[in-house]
Amino acid sequence: MRQQQLRVDPVACSGHGACAELLPELITLDEWGYPVVADRPVPSGLHREARRAVTNCPALALALARVP
Amino acid sequence: MTGITHGTALWYASRATGVVTLVLLTAVVILGILVNRRGRLPGLPGFAVTGLHRNVSLLAVAFLAVHVATAIADPYVTIGLAATVLPFAAAYKPFWLGLGAISLDLIAALVVTSLARGLIGRRTWRGIHWLAYACWPLAVVHSLGSSADARGGAVLGVLVACVLATAAALAWRLSAAARQIPRARRAAVTLHRMSPSPARKAGL
Amino acid sequence: MPDTLTIPSSPAQPGGSPAAGGGGLPRLLPPAGAAPADLRAHLARHGALRYAGGRGRLTGEVAAAGLTGRGGAAFPVARKLAAAAGARPAPVAVGNGAEGEPASSKDASLLWLSPHLVLDGLQLAAEAAGAPSAVLYLRPGQRLHARLAQAIAERAAAGIDAVGVALVRAPDRFLAGEESALASRLAGRPALPAYRPARGLPRLAPARSALVQNVETLAHLALIARHGAGWFRQAGTAAEPGSMLVTLHLPDGHTTVAEVPLGIALADLLGLAAGQPGSGEPGVSCGPVPVQAVLVGGYHGTWLPAAQAARLPLANAMLRPLGAAVGAGVVAALPAGRCGLAETARVARYLALESAGQCGPCFNGLPRIAAALGHLAGSRPDRRAVTDLERWAGLVTGRGACHHPDGSVRFVRSALRAFAAEIGLHEAGRCSGTDPRPFLPLPADPPSSDADWS
Repeated sequence: MRQQQLRVDPVACSGHGACAELLPELITLDEWGYPVVADRPVPSGLHREARRAVTNCPALALALARVP
Repeated sequence: MTGITHGTALWYASRATGVVTLVLLTAVVILGILVNRRGRLPGLPGFAVTGLHRNVSLLAVAFLAVHVATAIADPYVTIGLAATVLPFAAAYKPFWLGLGAISLDLIAALVVTSLARGLIGRRTWRGIHWLAYACWPLAVVHSLGSSADARGGAVLGVLVACVLATAAALAWRLSAAARQIPRARRAAVTLHRMSPSPARKAGL
Repeated sequence: MPDTLTIPSSPAQPGGSPAAGGGGLPRLLPPAGAAPADLRAHLARHGALRYAGGRGRLTGEVAAAGLTGRGGAAFPVARKLAAAAGARPAPVAVGNGAEGEPASSKDASLLWLSPHLVLDGLQLAAEAAGAPSAVLYLRPGQRLHARLAQAIAERAAAGIDAVGVALVRAPDRFLAGEESALASRLAGRPALPAYRPARGLPRLAPARSALVQNVETLAHLALIARHGAGWFRQAGTAAEPGSMLVTLHLPDGHTTVAEVPLGIALADLLGLAAGQPGSGEPGVSCGPVPVQAVLVGGYHGTWLPAAQAARLPLANAMLRPLGAAVGAGVVAALPAGRCGLAETARVARYLALESAGQCGPCFNGLPRIAAALGHLAGSRPDRRAVTDLERWAGLVTGRGACHHPDGSVRFVRSALRAFAAEIGLHEAGRCSGTDPRPFLPLPADPPSSDADWS
């Protein structure tokens, strides 16, 4: 599977925090509730959870992008 | 209830699933407001609100499908497939059913756009999601007029409860929005909160 | 910002020794003592506008010239022109004269003194991109707008312009000139930066992109089209060719705009000399005024200790390894006797208030950083302010849609390094500042509502 990376649209993001709950291995929340996304590609074992996190973002701020 | 004909059973099923659909839609609207305001359900993790909103809406669609299918299948009244999606095309109570048809169309748009979120872009998705708020009041009015059930008794009670709950949630949302700091003032508000008074006095 | 322009009556010469690098300066600004150029004077001095003869034709000459953007990012212009020439449909050509940086007035000066050079360049950029129309995006200022409108009308009457030029007013915001904010404004929305995961020409609409160039870049383009790449390279360095307009804030309080070759020594630019005036003690001074630090690159730039700055040129090759950059050519020499921390705190507060308020890390982090700096600028600050500041700086970098948080953090971090001794003084209840007057320019009114971005 092609390497994919999580990206946050910081304008759309309003700090719901659903992503960090669904994917704590790659996303943590800063002291203001905004996601800090690990700067590495999504490990193959977490692809499904990553897609779940993307779908469950109420603000549509999380996306999976192909690593160039 | 003796001598229920096949037709009557389908008619009952349609009305019953209609009520359930309305209750589920009410839950979806309230959950949607909770998601938007980042509200939490006690004892549940944050993403549960989003997850419930999506899952309950799928359940509502399922009940809506049964509600529509039984209405079409029932021979007691003539409601064709077209009338369920084309407003005011029914032979039976065209106005009230028409409202239901519009509501169904909006719900269909919601489902399609939500499934195709990645393809249509944020702004389009948000716009349609907002418009689709209208599906709920349309469903309520449709319920009031489509059958005699809503004139009294338990069904009317359920309807009233749905309306009150949604009104309360909406009122909460509007008041929260009114209290929200406008974008242009967000940094300023934090700055004033964090600045020590002597520095503020010094005009720094 | 009030409608004031730092318009030198004659373009100032950099202090001290004559400008090195030759190439016949000034190029963009009128020669010393000359009035702002109307169309006739412009044509008399530079000759007629020479179009390149088709879409993409000018790109090769621009590439040979090595022209980079003069708006701060120093992006190679030829690459942008090539991207624009290949864009389908053809983009709109935009001249960016927003100049949101309060400490910069070079673009306003250029637009006032040599509007026709800018407008020539805009036509050339439009031709290179195959653009059907052009826009000049201008910082607010009634006189400036009137002047440009008149210049455009003059050219229309003379039949010089190939495409029509629309004037669009930029809001009076620091981020008004940011490329995606500009695109937003041109699309009819407030000038708010947008999230752009894919780099490339900014989009005004799903099927409409824009070729955006700083107005000074356009002026250089107009001269390269006339005189060629070889001529352009006669000034500046091999790696960073050409001349540049700089806004100088001298320690005696004067502000001036000058045209200098890239690579000029900062000491020549500011007139810095070693030693304290009179006493001959170690240090750096500008004439009679001792200088403690130099800010290079404006409010997203870098503070450098004066002794270090005095040995550096205005060139990215030497500045980048130190975490600094030429940026949009703002250079400020902070005199001794001012508190560097207080100056930085004032600017940090301004930068926080200029946040668009869209991205959580930015509108949460920048005000906290500014407040911490305000604390450090006071008496006997808690040491925690520095650790908090560092934590917030790390949290904010790279997590906004635009580079506002990153640039602001660069500015603040450089201040903590350059004024480290001052922090020590403040912790002991002292301060080296004797003059409480503000040195760096800031507008008086902060934004108050969302409409201030329109």
